[in-house]
Amino acid sequence: MPRNATKPEVSSPASADGGAASMAEPMLPAPYRIQRQRREAHDTFTLDLAAADGGRPPRFAPGQFNMLYLFGVGEVAISISGNPGTPETLQHTTRAVGSVTKAMEKLRAGDVIGVRGPFGTHWPTDHARGKDVVFVAGGIGLAPLRPAMYEILRNRAHYNKAVLLYGTRTPSDILFKRELKQWGGNFDVDVYVTVDRATGTWRGNVGVVTQLIRRSPFDPGNCVAMICGPEVMMKYAVDEFRRRGVDSQDIFLSMERNMKCAIGFCGHCQWGPNFVCKDGPVFRHTDIEHLLNVWEI
Amino acid sequence: MHVLERAQFDTLLEALQQHGRQVIGPVRRDGVIGYEPVRSAGDLPVGWADEQEAGRYRLHHKDHGRLFDYTAGFHTWKRYLYPPTAVLWQASRDNGRLSFETPSETPPKFALLGVRACELHAIAIQDKVFLDGAHPDPAYAVRRNNAFIIAVNCGRAGGTCFCASMETGPRAQGGYDLALTEVAEDGRHYFTVEAGTKKGERLLDELELREAIEAERAAAAAAVEAAANQMGRQMPVDGLRELLAANPESPRWEAVAKRCLCCANCTMACPTCFCSTVHDSAAMTGETAKRERVWDSCFTMEFSYVHGGSVRKDASSRYRQWMTHKLSSWHDQFGSSGCVGCGRCITWCPVGIDITEEAWLLQEAHGGPTRTGE
Repeated sequence: MPRNATKPEVSSPASADGGAASMAEPMLPAPYRIQRQRREAHDTFTLDLAAADGGRPPRFAPGQFNMLYLFGVGEVAISISGNPGTPETLQHTTRAVGSVTKAMEKLRAGDVIGVRGPFGTHWPTDHARGKDVVFVAGGIGLAPLRPAMYEILRNRAHYNKAVLLYGTRTPSDILFKRELKQWGGNFDVDVYVTVDRATGTWRGNVGVVTQLIRRSPFDPGNCVAMICGPEVMMKYAVDEFRRRGVDSQDIFLSMERNMKCAIGFCGHCQWGPNFVCKDGPVFRHTDIEHLLNVWEI
Repeated sequence: MHVLERAQFDTLLEALQQHGRQVIGPVRRDGVIGYEPVRSAGDLPVGWADEQEAGRYRLHHKDHGRLFDYTAGFHTWKRYLYPPTAVLWQASRDNGRLSFETPSETPPKFALLGVRACELHAIAIQDKVFLDGAHPDPAYAVRRNNAFIIAVNCGRAGGTCFCASMETGPRAQGGYDLALTEVAEDGRHYFTVEAGTKKGERLLDELELREAIEAERAAAAAAVEAAANQMGRQMPVDGLRELLAANPESPRWEAVAKRCLCCANCTMACPTCFCSTVHDSAAMTGETAKRERVWDSCFTMEFSYVHGGSVRKDASSRYRQWMTHKLSSWHDQFGSSGCVGCGRCITWCPVGIDITEEAWLLQEAHGGPTRTGE
């Protein structure tokens, strides 16, 4: 069993066409055309992208990210939110919170953006075989987890229980509502959603998502936890899993840091000795436990 | 070992130029010795030497006529191998189509004249960063592979040097094409010359220099020995890597942050610091755009910005990041220290923060060795 979150055996755009995997190619975006822009919540949208030259997007592993470039505006690191089983459409789900993502929100079908990637480590869907899988997502953190859920549902028989614990601020912030219903209905996933503040007709759970870990149905001795959300939420989620007896080796989380190059050159994403862009974003808890509680590291 | 007389020095520069090389070497400008294009020996800082202390740099002229009596200045060779700004690509937009292309720049073939032992180590360290990973940087590779390196052994230690304790100097141990040692005594002024590569040997053959005699070899060895003995500072490297990794919460970080201005001078002057950011811009017509890579520093607030704010808001966490990266996590990432003991970060710190002093204070605060050896 490798100690670190494993590097995926997927080809980068550079090596896919046989070229040298030098820095120039991974730094150079490829044009992608927007096929569809879908609103997920008041500030969140999904872009469906296809390679502008009609080629197939490079394969990706759940949890990896791309760098998306908007002409003349800038570039942002966004995790892939689509289905690794249908790689012809590349999906990214983004909150419009910065100058680039706010401008991207205005894009429509037919517009072209630059894409480079995929980069980084992936969720341990192999390591989770034969075990219960517990996803914990906070807000937009569901987007990087969705490809792992797709992969597990595609091979549902290889996994025991699948549990999704999902928290948002309000009911109107809940993403992928149709899929949450499907997963809970047809695919034998235990889906629990909670909100910080109940509004409108909400009759479900109210409270932080980490509280759900205590009472959700999984086997602490034979499970894998995959956590993605705000850093403080992930810390508390880890505490809850540890309290239930889940081994540090079986807990994985996805980190966010400033990224400019995505291949370990620019230095921005350093977190202790790690470059989050290439040693992460998905880390095994054992490897980064000593960094999680250090202020401003 | 061969001998190049001072009077012959221009023949070395001419030979390099005849090979189509742009010679970059020490030049006095704006009160500091930097690395700039050099055409003849007259451009070199003849007779100039620096006086350096924490937060202080002054040049003084002497009558000895030496070409290389100065020690490390503000410039580093990364300026030529990894330029402060570089265009990564250009994009053009035409009728709903978007295309990207890398610039087809051909950088000059450099001859780097006057590379010190610590700087040879710094270049080797940046080679690891830019060439040894999964994605080698082709622009760096071209500049680096085309560069002819003429090292100069130090005959004098600078006021803030500590290469001896980092085991990176003052004698050049490899990584050069030619290495010179300057000797000016008893009315004679010459350089002993050694080749480190085949390229260097070929140039030596062209110059048709005579072999050094025993007295000349001994004089050159003594000059470098003197520099090693002059070194006033020492980095307490024993256990330092582990100590830094184990003490992110040390009170020392708050203490140094009271003085640190987060000006980023240390990172700009450091010969190994490699961080960069990108600047995206679009032409006024809206048809073309480009991305430039520019040097960046972990001391800026923007460096660690993610949505919601910067990760490292406080000066203490930024200084900790820089020093811990340089002396500890660099080992994890690249298999060596990121510090070569050149002392630039000490000299060019406007408030005179001394990385060796900070390392000693950390050692003393956390049970490590003390300066008095107790």
